[in-house]
Amino acid sequence: MNIAPLLPIDWILAIVVLWLLLGAAGVVRPHGFFFVARVLFPASAVVSVLLAVVALVACFDGAQVAVLPLGLPQLPFHLRLDALSAFFLFLLGAASAGVSAFGAGYFRRGEGTPPGLLCLQYHVFLVGMAMVLLADDAYAFMVMWEVMALSSFFLVTANHRVAEIRRAGYLYLLLAHIGALAILLCFGVLQANTGDYTFANLRTQQLSTFWSSTAFLLALGGFGAKAGLLPLHVWLPEAHPAAPSPVSALLSGVMLKTAIYGLLRVTFDLLHVQLWWWGVLALAIGLATALYGVIFSAVQTDMKRLLAYSSIENIGLVLVGIGLAVLFNAYALPALAALALTAALYHCLNHAFFKCLLFLGTGAVLHATSERNLGRLGGLLRRMPWVGWAALVGVLASSGLPPLNGFVSEWLLLQSFLFTLGLPSTFVNMLVPVVAGGVALVAALAGYTMVKFYGVIFLGQPREERLARAHDAGAWERVGLSWLACGCVLLGLLPAQVIVLIDNVTHALVGAGLAATVRANGWLLLAPVSLERASYSPLIFLFVVAASLLLVYAMVRRLYHGRLRRAAPWDCGFPRLTPRMQDTAEGFGQPIRQVFEPFFRMHRELPSASDAMPRYRVVVEDHFWFWIYTPIARLVENVARLIGLLQRGRIATYLLYSFATLLLMLLWVRR
Amino acid sequence: MGAALNWSGLLSQLLEITLAVLGAPLLTGWVNQCRAWLQNKSAPPLLLPYRTLHKLFNKESVVATHASPLFRATPYVVFGCMALACAVVPSLSTDLPLASAADAIALVGLFAVARVFIALGAFDIGTAFGTLGARREMLVGFLAEPALLMVLFTSFLISGSTSLATIVENLAGRELAIYPALAFAGVAFTMVSLAENARVPVDNPATHLELTMIHEAMILEYSGRHLALIEWAASLKLFAYSCIGLALFFPWGVARAGAPLDLFLALPVLIVKLALGGALLALIETASAKMRIFRVPEFLAGAFLLAVIGMLVHLLLGA
Repeated sequence: MNIAPLLPIDWILAIVVLWLLLGAAGVVRPHGFFFVARVLFPASAVVSVLLAVVALVACFDGAQVAVLPLGLPQLPFHLRLDALSAFFLFLLGAASAGVSAFGAGYFRRGEGTPPGLLCLQYHVFLVGMAMVLLADDAYAFMVMWEVMALSSFFLVTANHRVAEIRRAGYLYLLLAHIGALAILLCFGVLQANTGDYTFANLRTQQLSTFWSSTAFLLALGGFGAKAGLLPLHVWLPEAHPAAPSPVSALLSGVMLKTAIYGLLRVTFDLLHVQLWWWGVLALAIGLATALYGVIFSAVQTDMKRLLAYSSIENIGLVLVGIGLAVLFNAYALPALAALALTAALYHCLNHAFFKCLLFLGTGAVLHATSERNLGRLGGLLRRMPWVGWAALVGVLASSGLPPLNGFVSEWLLLQSFLFTLGLPSTFVNMLVPVVAGGVALVAALAGYTMVKFYGVIFLGQPREERLARAHDAGAWERVGLSWLACGCVLLGLLPAQVIVLIDNVTHALVGAGLAATVRANGWLLLAPVSLERASYSPLIFLFVVAASLLLVYAMVRRLYHGRLRRAAPWDCGFPRLTPRMQDTAEGFGQPIRQVFEPFFRMHRELPSASDAMPRYRVVVEDHFWFWIYTPIARLVENVARLIGLLQRGRIATYLLYSFATLLLMLLWVRR
Repeated sequence: MGAALNWSGLLSQLLEITLAVLGAPLLTGWVNQCRAWLQNKSAPPLLLPYRTLHKLFNKESVVATHASPLFRATPYVVFGCMALACAVVPSLSTDLPLASAADAIALVGLFAVARVFIALGAFDIGTAFGTLGARREMLVGFLAEPALLMVLFTSFLISGSTSLATIVENLAGRELAIYPALAFAGVAFTMVSLAENARVPVDNPATHLELTMIHEAMILEYSGRHLALIEWAASLKLFAYSCIGLALFFPWGVARAGAPLDLFLALPVLIVKLALGGALLALIETASAKMRIFRVPEFLAGAFLLAVIGMLVHLLLGA
């Protein structure tokens, strides 16, 4: 009897099994709504918390390996838990805990897939993501990658009776598989004809510059399709709104991060060298993605599409961080690479929290109002205070405002831009600060988008009468929302502790970390390089703002008075104020449409002066759809039609084909 | 942190924050007075902003029936943010214990917090003018913020730090010469601060026409003490921006750490610099006309480009 304590990797495998059991339990009673919602999902949330705790411990342990007796006869699944996997497993556990708790109150009777089946798909999805993070050979990785892609496809199409949702699901599946093919080819390049696909072997291969670059580009394309990098982003704004909100939250908050994980794993772990132009390429694509995402996000009128585009933006920012890290690493500047990588990883964690929170918030709004269109919402803060205030935290975090978490990672990212003076290449020296300007623009635009999102949904007056009957979130939904909102606040207020957590990851990937410097300056101040160079302390920041706020409040009451009178809004003396006079989502997007006009493909229908029933309509579409996807689709259709000419549907013709083939082959053999 | 917590540091911090909070309305009054003189009007008294604040604090606050707590909290949040902003900008001394809590990037974030809250407060009542103002303010904000960051980046690259106190110590310690990078950055900064402080040519603080308002449109629904706090916060913002400009481009005369007696010299120097700066602002406002809202993106894109040029000049020339 082995009485040695279980290793973290054993715990994580046990958690995976637990998740599978929970999913299987759902299938036992597929229509047992109460059982699934009130027993299985809360239990799953507890398991997620457990995973987060175990992963947190594992972050500080060394790498552990395991071999599962699954898979092909000669090819068992190799698993490995190192700092990078542990960090992303922590992200998975912590974010999915909130989502599962919310899910306990969210799923309703009679919506598409029966609850028990949904429960199975949901847990298989979680297991797929966890196993992707653990996989240590290409075979296991690809199998789990597919498990993740397929289960999420079924989740996206949960409400499969709607044609639009089926179409979104198809698009998602298509791009997921194009990406998977690229990843497969990438592993093929990495194994360098040894036939051994374990990551341990891939790590030892010394590829030539050409093959390394090929592998990197394949990885960037393959994982980029999953993460939503330009121009492979088109599935995101379709699939996220189609899925039920907890699923959208997981897709956006966690699944996109598995793609980031894969990219990091290939670039920094499996490839033995990084070239500077990879970094420049990643910077360029990342910035373009971020800018594209945020600009499109600002003009959306569907709240979930808005968030989906905002996810594209955040993934772009993460890629900018990774690109910078590659660049620094290529120039052998490990400390700076660690700073940029810390910013990217921190942003992954932050985005997981605030985007899950916001997606869950839209889920609660959707249930309360059955409305996704921003033009029919408004004033919900008074009717749904829990959701409203939780969403405010998410919105502030997502806008990158101090002292919440989004700001910390943006701050670190901007810091890492400011050290480029030491780079040996003048071109890169010039380029990098300009990219920093782009990042600043993206961050500022994110604030614009989030003000629009929050203002139109939660503030103002309700635009429809039935919104007066909107109900607040239920108890389980509140638990999920509060968990994620607390996460946003804590990640924002305790950056030094989070950086210590990331430290092992950056040590493993680029051989340096920030923890030593950060620790030297105490837990209160975050000074990633040195105190003279830059410092930020969210706790002091919050304390001073709160103290001066309360002091002013008390002083005003003491010196003057606290009299307050409620009256109708003044509105410059205009008495007949109606909710229709508020700014709409379209109106709020108008400056963006005007300033960034070349980015959009717009159709406007403007009323003429004499219209009795004036109608105004604007349709904003994505250029890439028409530049890339429609031509490819047309090409495929044409080729298919040509091939279709062969198919006559008559047995005699097919016999003729067989005969001709046979003759040709005989001729060929005879020759 | 331990070393920073000394008595002279605390003293200069306290002095600076008190000066900012109490003195900011005076700067606003001075700018108004200068502008009136330049426009050949009879000038309002210098202390008028104080009397206005006193009057507003005495009035009761009228709040729309359906206003949420966010609407009432906004003036306090905005005031708190501006107070912290004034506390971390080295106007009198570089020996500020609070300066390590927020560097220049965090300062930009701080202004963004105030802007987002005031825009959300404007959204809350759901009036046409309020939401219009919020939209325009966010437009100006997202254009001005990157330009401001680029200006700051130039000074970061020159001084090798993002902490404003260190930047000032570094820049003040250099020999007196014209740095082309800083000249570009200075022009860009002036343009950005005009936009951020809702001054002509981007916005007109004295307008009474709602359709052309930006900042004023957002605060139309505020009254009594809430309005007073917002007005006061606007003065603080002008004060903070002026001090940032002085710190980056005219850093001489600010007291260093370890020389508390310099504070007595720093105060009159600061007053003279602010008086000159205020007069310059009034001159700019008098000499230019308010532009249409969709000319603002061009104006601020110009500022952004100037800042980028400044930075590239620094990288090319090393100056």
